Amino acid sequence: MVNAVWLFLLAVGIIVAALTGRIDVVTSSAMAAAKLGVEVAISLIGIMSLWLGLMRLAEEAGLVRALARALEPLTRLLFPSVPRDHPALGAIILNISANILGLGNAATPFGLKAMEELQKLNQTRDEASEAMCTFLALNTSALTLIPATIIAVRLKADSGNPTEIIGTTIFATGCAMTAAIFADYLFRRRKGGRL
Amino acid sequence: MSIIAEISRWAIPAFLLLVPLAAYLRKVKVYEVFVTGAEGGFWTAVKIIPYLVGMLVAIKVFVDSGAIDILAYLLKPVFGFFGLRQDLTQIIPLAIMRPLSGSGALGVATQIIAEHGPDSFLGRLASTMQGSTDTTFFVLTVYFGSVGIKKYRYALKLGLIADITGLVASVYIVSKLFG
Repeated sequence: MVNAVWLFLLAVGIIVAALTGRIDVVTSSAMAAAKLGVEVAISLIGIMSLWLGLMRLAEEAGLVRALARALEPLTRLLFPSVPRDHPALGAIILNISANILGLGNAATPFGLKAMEELQKLNQTRDEASEAMCTFLALNTSALTLIPATIIAVRLKADSGNPTEIIGTTIFATGCAMTAAIFADYLFRRRKGGRL
Repeated sequence: MSIIAEISRWAIPAFLLLVPLAAYLRKVKVYEVFVTGAEGGFWTAVKIIPYLVGMLVAIKVFVDSGAIDILAYLLKPVFGFFGLRQDLTQIIPLAIMRPLSGSGALGVATQIIAEHGPDSFLGRLASTMQGSTDTTFFVLTVYFGSVGIKKYRYALKLGLIADITGLVASVYIVSKLFG
């Protein structure tokens, strides 16, 4: 599916630009985006290093394992294919917790650490495992208790009550997460189904 | 609300203090182990580059071409078909942008809020939608890219199911509470 979507975005973009007489946009946008890709990755290096260093400390102190064990009933339900004491579970919990608290900077390094650990368990090198799909389903629906960025935008726009959308956001994100978990469960049950 | 905000404010300092302290008490050579772990940061970031470049180029060409406006125009009758309120059609661009680009979606949401007011129906809806899901394409690209996964299996479908559910739930709850 990702191949079709990638081609769709690229081809439709180029065709629309051509038909609306703005073909130059394609060239400048493509070059700018390529540059941006590197900038985004490079800007991650410092934060990644900081959190991966702390993660290693937490691991050696046995904290990651303790965290995984504390939330075992939940993780066993969601990630039946991951062994009980595996460090992947600790990283997953830290990632989700950081997301819930709205700490985006910390969430990504924890998430990438979780992916690294899940990849160690993966039987197929370049293909996503079931546990990875479950993890990303949780992650993209990202439960956040305080959507800080949009509250700041509302505050700037002189809202009478900038935080009144917290309740509606939690409801919507909760629905999204429930749907993702349920759909993931159905996909997983269709054993071996390549979709 | 203020309690959660306080927790968010203190979480990282607490983490920065308690983790090294706990490790030290368990006889871990804290600085040496920290540095060894941190070494991984560089390669993880570098590994993501090809995936990010590929995905960002496709998304930016699509967004900058104006294709979203055309897609939004084509989708308008669908809204009419379901008997939804007419002004809902104005959030179609945001709904399409949301899974593709985090900064793009924030830009569209900010514009809707500026145009209709933060406390209008559309302003509240845009605010809710913005916080209800993450940027699916970005997350999948970065996370899978970091471990060299090229075949996403059903992960993209799951992300989009979450996005559509978040969209429908946002429309429902904002209409119901603030209609």
